[in-house]
Amino acid sequence: MTEEALLTVSGLSKRFGGFVALESIGLTVNDGARVGLIGPNGSGKSTLVNCMCGTLRHEMGSVRFAGHTLDGLSAHERTRLGLARSFQLPRPFNTLSLADNVRIPLLYTVNARHGRTLGARAIGERCAELLHMVGLADKAGRLPRDLTQIEMRKLELARAMATAPRLLIADEAMAGLSHGEVDDILALLIRLNEQGVTVILIEHIMRAVMHFSQRLVVLVAGRKIADGDPADVVRDPDVVRAYLGE
Amino acid sequence: MNGTKFVLALLIAAAATFGAARLIDNAYVFFAGYVVLQYIALATAWNILGGYTGYVNFGTAAFFALGAYTTVVLHKLTSLPLPLMMPIGGIVSGIVGLGTGYLTLRLRGAFFSIATLALAVVVQTLITNWDFVGGSRGAYIIRPPQTPLLGIDYIQYLFLLMLGLVVIVLATARAIEGSRLGYGFATIRDDEVAAEASGVPTLRLKLLATTLSGAFMGMVGAPLPYYVTYLDPTSGFSLAYAVNGVAMPLVGGTSSWLGPVIGAILLGTLQQVVTVTISSAVNLLIVGLMLVGFVIVAPNGILGLVGVRGRRAG
Repeated sequence: MTEEALLTVSGLSKRFGGFVALESIGLTVNDGARVGLIGPNGSGKSTLVNCMCGTLRHEMGSVRFAGHTLDGLSAHERTRLGLARSFQLPRPFNTLSLADNVRIPLLYTVNARHGRTLGARAIGERCAELLHMVGLADKAGRLPRDLTQIEMRKLELARAMATAPRLLIADEAMAGLSHGEVDDILALLIRLNEQGVTVILIEHIMRAVMHFSQRLVVLVAGRKIADGDPADVVRDPDVVRAYLGE
Repeated sequence: MNGTKFVLALLIAAAATFGAARLIDNAYVFFAGYVVLQYIALATAWNILGGYTGYVNFGTAAFFALGAYTTVVLHKLTSLPLPLMMPIGGIVSGIVGLGTGYLTLRLRGAFFSIATLALAVVVQTLITNWDFVGGSRGAYIIRPPQTPLLGIDYIQYLFLLMLGLVVIVLATARAIEGSRLGYGFATIRDDEVAAEASGVPTLRLKLLATTLSGAFMGMVGAPLPYYVTYLDPTSGFSLAYAVNGVAMPLVGGTSSWLGPVIGAILLGTLQQVVTVTISSAVNLLIVGLMLVGFVIVAPNGILGLVGVRGRRAG
């Protein structure tokens, strides 16, 4: 008997009025994998993530995750099953301190899972640990408005990690960052993967994608045009055409 | 300060307030004090939804008047004591709050506010056309001159009841602030999409906030018929409740339970003084001017001016 993939997306389609954003997308991600998802702007990457995570409702197809069918489940229920995401544009809780930003998923996801309840002290320690992991420990009491762009993105990752996910979707976590900052985030994501978290990386920075991904998926105009070994995918004529033109 | 100590402090403050009012020994103190206390409870109830979750409710008068008219119905049908009518009024308004929450789930910002304003109009129209509670003519409530149990003047009794309700509402509001629920409310105010992605069941929490806020408003309105002794839709659904319900937390600051208290004491007392010294018609003008002033000078209210951040480290 073959083991079910951690994430299986089948025949997923999404329209915005007359515009087809996603057309019959199929995708499987195995437990522990590092998958890169690339595509030009407007190709449907974030829409796919939004549909998988429950932020948007898709019209056709289905999403299975960790043995559960996610269709019809709200976003918070999907998060509690272990599907976490960071946002392309950081969306911190602006009136809460950094420590409280990561406290929320601990209170509402980790503590909501059957059989696990962290006490106030354990939650405080875990918050400190998560902020330390992303290098924000010394700013735990500050508000998000005091952070730089890279710190904001690190906070996004810390908050997603606080849900204790099985799968983390990092949506353009490196956009606008310097060379060194990209390396910082990459190292962080690889470390998380080594700790057992499956990661889907959506990114435009090809250096980062190629360094990170064990498998590469390419979306163009709402359709999946390639899926496989990164070295092969970037040589695929369809992919080259999509990026460079005829 | 933990929850028990806070409730104890509230009870001591309430006892001191009642004792001080008794010392002055003037019925007007109780009449005016009742109104200020009513606004403290009303503003705090509004803040549970409007301040903590960011959903601005302009339908305060509907929830408040529903509590008041529940008392009118109960007064006509039963001989229940007022302390029992108050929670029943709260239940009625709470149910309407829950229904409002369900109907307006997808609305945010100005759209939600307009929907709550529409609710007030709909409820007022229904009450105005309901003969049993007096319709547009209004209803008279004859209150006993003294309370049988405590042997004090009825206005003192009403003052005491409202004081008790203020303790309950403030204790609840503060308990919410430091709790998991309070954190959940704050995430709804800040970013609902990010809240869901963090595992917060935003829909359930919004319904809880609309229900709780509505229920407390209903409880605040329940003693009104006994206070005014004549209740008609124009006074029960007065614009003053909706305006003060929003203005007092905004002037005081919405980030903490203390903000609505400060706003209600400041604006409520000012209105009482103006009513006696100038005219009751100037009340809303003053509230409006202060609201405009605060929006420009101190958008986070008095608490924002003095640098108080609402959330306690949990």
